[in-house]
Amino acid sequence: MSDSYLPAGMPAPVPSPDGLDVPYWEGTRRGELMVQRCGGCGNWQWGPEWMCHKCNSFDIKWEQVEGKGLIYSWERPWHPVHPALKERGPYTAVLVELPHAGNIRMVGNLLGPDDQDVVIGRAVEAVFEPHDDAPTPYTLVQWRFS
Amino acid sequence: MSGRTIRGKVAAVGIGESTYYKHGQSPDAEFVLALQAIVRAAEDAGIDPKEIDGFASYSNDRSDPSRIAAALGIPDLRFSNMQWGGGGGGVAAAVANGAAAIACGYADCVVVFRALAQGQFRRFGQGAPDPTVSGDAAYMAPYGVMSPSQKFGMRATRFMHDYGVKNDVLRAIALTSYRHAQANPRAVMYGRPLDAETYDNSRWIVEPVNRLFDCCQENDGAAAMIIVSAERAKDLRQKPAYILGAAQGSDHRCGAGVLNASNFGSSSFATVAPRLYETAGVSPSDIDVLQSYENFTTGVMMAVVEHGFCAPEECNEFFTQENLAAPTGRVPLNTSGGNLAECYMHGLGLQLEAVRQIRGESCNQVPDVKLAMNIAGPMVTPVSSLIMGSEETL
Repeated sequence: MSDSYLPAGMPAPVPSPDGLDVPYWEGTRRGELMVQRCGGCGNWQWGPEWMCHKCNSFDIKWEQVEGKGLIYSWERPWHPVHPALKERGPYTAVLVELPHAGNIRMVGNLLGPDDQDVVIGRAVEAVFEPHDDAPTPYTLVQWRFS
Repeated sequence: MSGRTIRGKVAAVGIGESTYYKHGQSPDAEFVLALQAIVRAAEDAGIDPKEIDGFASYSNDRSDPSRIAAALGIPDLRFSNMQWGGGGGGVAAAVANGAAAIACGYADCVVVFRALAQGQFRRFGQGAPDPTVSGDAAYMAPYGVMSPSQKFGMRATRFMHDYGVKNDVLRAIALTSYRHAQANPRAVMYGRPLDAETYDNSRWIVEPVNRLFDCCQENDGAAAMIIVSAERAKDLRQKPAYILGAAQGSDHRCGAGVLNASNFGSSSFATVAPRLYETAGVSPSDIDVLQSYENFTTGVMMAVVEHGFCAPEECNEFFTQENLAAPTGRVPLNTSGGNLAECYMHGLGLQLEAVRQIRGESCNQVPDVKLAMNIAGPMVTPVSSLIMGSEETL
């Protein structure tokens, strides 16, 4: 995993025990970005939930969307709050808005130099980052300027 | 005014706290700190601790009311209340919940308390040690978004971007708290002043919004406040601080996962603040002194804006030490030193300071205070805020 953006030893994501977001995590393993869309009213929503927040239907579908978006906000943590980050130095986290999917937002890292300028509104594209050696293999969704 | 209001029905009559420590430095266990604060609040009110018949707290306080009642020998425990939600968003809500219990007769003497010894349990500023994460954390922790500073940083980045706010605003808030703490012997930062140069040279915790001095402390301590009916308050020895209004909650989908709150660049008070003023029957320009919870200076900034003290476009002009410092500032802010410089008593220390200002007993007393506001836990959900007044405001 030498090519992951953050060092080994970070918390590993696992699907919710109640099964809510299994389709998302299975999708990332295939290199597909799956998000929720209401089968009743067509509303996009994120994070995952059991009910559509717009029409309150339980008929929630999973739909593949293109991995592109706009930077909605960002931050660069310097102070390590996890042992795996002690030697890492500053890293960049972004909140990415997906205009083609109802402006839902996703959190990821912005790949590239640690001191690069981050501009709200700038276009980014998804980069799938597999962690095949994890006890339960998983894939993160990172972003880079497009 | 409708009959369904808390206005003037309940008053704070006793306040107390443990010694405030840096995290890990309390010689006493967290539960002992809770008892110390409660007993001192009872002494301050001039009542026997056994008269307490109700408890209200927030953020899953570990000191269980039944254990406290057993320790104190309380003969009739009538009310035990926990406000949902983590963080410090529940401070004013806990006071309001206790006040509601008194107003409708569930209890006669409620203590609102918070005991928090971060040095004896997990520190808030550290990531959870679990090797795997699921649910909301699965979408953030693997990317290094774990601590409160990191979870809230992007809300502030967006707000400051939208309104062209400069970091000078955050510095003014931090320096004001430290300045006030220099007159407060209870403060952990008493005798440790902060100047602009030291602030500017302090390291980033989360760029571009949180330098070291923008972040609250992590402490060991406890605080408590006793509230009773307005009728009872008149017979006790302290000048009553009446609850004029309180509100809690958050706006549309504030708790949506993976930072998908509809009103993202905010501190969660968009619908709460108008309800607060409506119940209290006052407006922002009436407020004499303001205590506004500092988890981060960014939270103070957005909460003060959402409570109407200035427009978001006016932040750069409004947030100056001249405007914020007691006793002469336009809106004296965090006059005890607050979470930044007195003690991170999870915001209850700020509520106690509002009572002191009404009494005229603050270390940084603002002249002739009639109305004091307390804002709790910006950016979490639910949040809460509260207005207290002197007898002449009833």
